[in-house]
Amino acid sequence: MKLREIQKLLNATVLTGEDLLDQLEVKMICGSDLISDVLSFTKERSLLLTGLTNPQIIRTAEMIDLCGIVFVRGKRPGDDVITMAGESRIPLLLTELPLFESCGVLYNAGLQGCSGLSLTGGGDKIDRTPRPPGNSG
Amino acid sequence: MTEPHVRLEIPVEGNNFTAAGEAASRVKKTLQKLGIDSTLIRRVAIATYEAEMNIVIHADAGKIVLQVDADGITVLAEDRGKGIPDLEKAMTAGFSTASDRVRAMGFGAGMGLPNIKKCTDYLAIDTEVNIGTKVVMKFNYPAAT
Repeated sequence: MKLREIQKLLNATVLTGEDLLDQLEVKMICGSDLISDVLSFTKERSLLLTGLTNPQIIRTAEMIDLCGIVFVRGKRPGDDVITMAGESRIPLLLTELPLFESCGVLYNAGLQGCSGLSLTGGGDKIDRTPRPPGNSG
Repeated sequence: MTEPHVRLEIPVEGNNFTAAGEAASRVKKTLQKLGIDSTLIRRVAIATYEAEMNIVIHADAGKIVLQVDADGITVLAEDRGKGIPDLEKAMTAGFSTASDRVRAMGFGAGMGLPNIKKCTDYLAIDTEVNIGTKVVMKFNYPAAT
């Protein structure tokens, strides 16, 4: 899914990287407020949903080649952070939705998490095969 | 001993959260310029960033040294500081002694050293309480296909 569609789904404001939204294809999403977890569990080119707005989140994005960051619950980062992301060509979005709701909207739209895990059989077991792309079930 | 192709030494300041991450960023850019495999760069970048953040969070001052030679990539993270009293505990996922201020920034998940271990092919930690810590991380090049 293009980053532009995600922006629409979350009714998000674009803080920087407007020109990249139609180009970037997002395959996986990670939602976290812990930097080490992001570093440890996020796959390359994923989109991060977070409530962290300090400069270190941009550094983290740079380190692991995230394709963008969505700030949740209306938390706007400082101008220094927005400038830093602009220089590194990392698009930043801002949504009023909290983390759980934002993740839910995107999961329902068929986007995958970085773990590759999903529940099957009415929650009886964890399936290690990734959901097929575009599955909205 | 193989002559190193690149040696880069970057000082790291304790408690400076504005500059934190600059050393890892420079290491990553240097490796990209050398045309190193991107999956390997990612592992080096994550481990170096975690090690750099450990210096910023826990130590007074330190340095990151990158060495690239024919055998592989070595990153040394060395600091002067309080050291690690219980290394086994520090290696446990979820264990952290980071302050509330640091946690509010998203650090202190207790995943730093376990994460470094996961990313490296060789890891050696030498630490002494109230003196400092030396972390040696080695990364092998991917096997030729």
